Amino acid sequence: MIRQSWWKILSFILLLYTCSYGFFVEVPSPPGVPLKETIRNLFFHVPMWIAMMICFIVSVIYAVKYLSKHDPVNDIYSTEFARTGTLLGILGLVTGMIWANYQWGKAWSGDPKQNGAAIAVLIYFAYFVLKGSLHDEEKQARIGAVYNIFAFFMLFPMIWILPRLTESLHPGGMGNGNEGNPGLNPKDTTNSMRTVMYPAFIGWTLLSVWITTLRIRVQIIHQKQLGNE
Amino acid sequence: MNKFKTIIWVILMAISINAVYIVFVSRNGKIVNADNANIMRSNGKLYVVVAIVVTILLGLFLYVFNLDRKISKLEKK
Repeated sequence: MIRQSWWKILSFILLLYTCSYGFFVEVPSPPGVPLKETIRNLFFHVPMWIAMMICFIVSVIYAVKYLSKHDPVNDIYSTEFARTGTLLGILGLVTGMIWANYQWGKAWSGDPKQNGAAIAVLIYFAYFVLKGSLHDEEKQARIGAVYNIFAFFMLFPMIWILPRLTESLHPGGMGNGNEGNPGLNPKDTTNSMRTVMYPAFIGWTLLSVWITTLRIRVQIIHQKQLGNE
Repeated sequence: MNKFKTIIWVILMAISINAVYIVFVSRNGKIVNADNANIMRSNGKLYVVVAIVVTILLGLFLYVFNLDRKISKLEKK
């Protein structure tokens, strides 16, 4: 599966579509909503978070697999997916800060979603620090897998539950009349935008999976070399 | 595989020569294909941004694709 090329080509086509048609598609600009053209960030900023979530979900699945089977390959999968997920999280935070600077007036306004996402990314930083501080490979993999599960269940409330319980500048907070999904506001999204949004989600996710598989393959080659020596 | 590489190379060169032509020749006012230049300048020059984003995307994918091929070769060894 990871060596097949059809989904890599699919990712390329979808992103080409996103990055060209994404600039031309009609976007709504209802009165009272100051988003204007920046709503197109839905095709670039939001997919970072979607791809990050998928990377972290895959990572925690492989962490559980490692704990039950003790196959070092599962540990490689888990680590590399967490690595890509963290990178996407940082990209999401940075792009979000650029957007917030022009939308909310400040790059960092302490929005619960911003804080939660930053904490979640920091927890994953600690995962790599933890793994790096252990020398024994088996211990590294086992403790890393356990921590990975913990980190995933911290990420969950940080970006999915807590932002829904307080007032938030992001869509989906309490008290501003658009309770619900913390990432997307259905009132800002039209059908024509969805024709770009969903391909964008899939395209960016596939690209991040592709990059992850490259790292996984390098790590597997590396392991084999170590085994031969 | 070598043939394939040559074809890709020729296409890339053609695109880049074309881009250089559009950027430099049209700036001096000697535009041969005026319609083409007008497309790039319409809509608040938004198409220029699109061209740049697509170029970055193409470069990124070429790079990742090459990396993929190199790792495949390493795996076969």
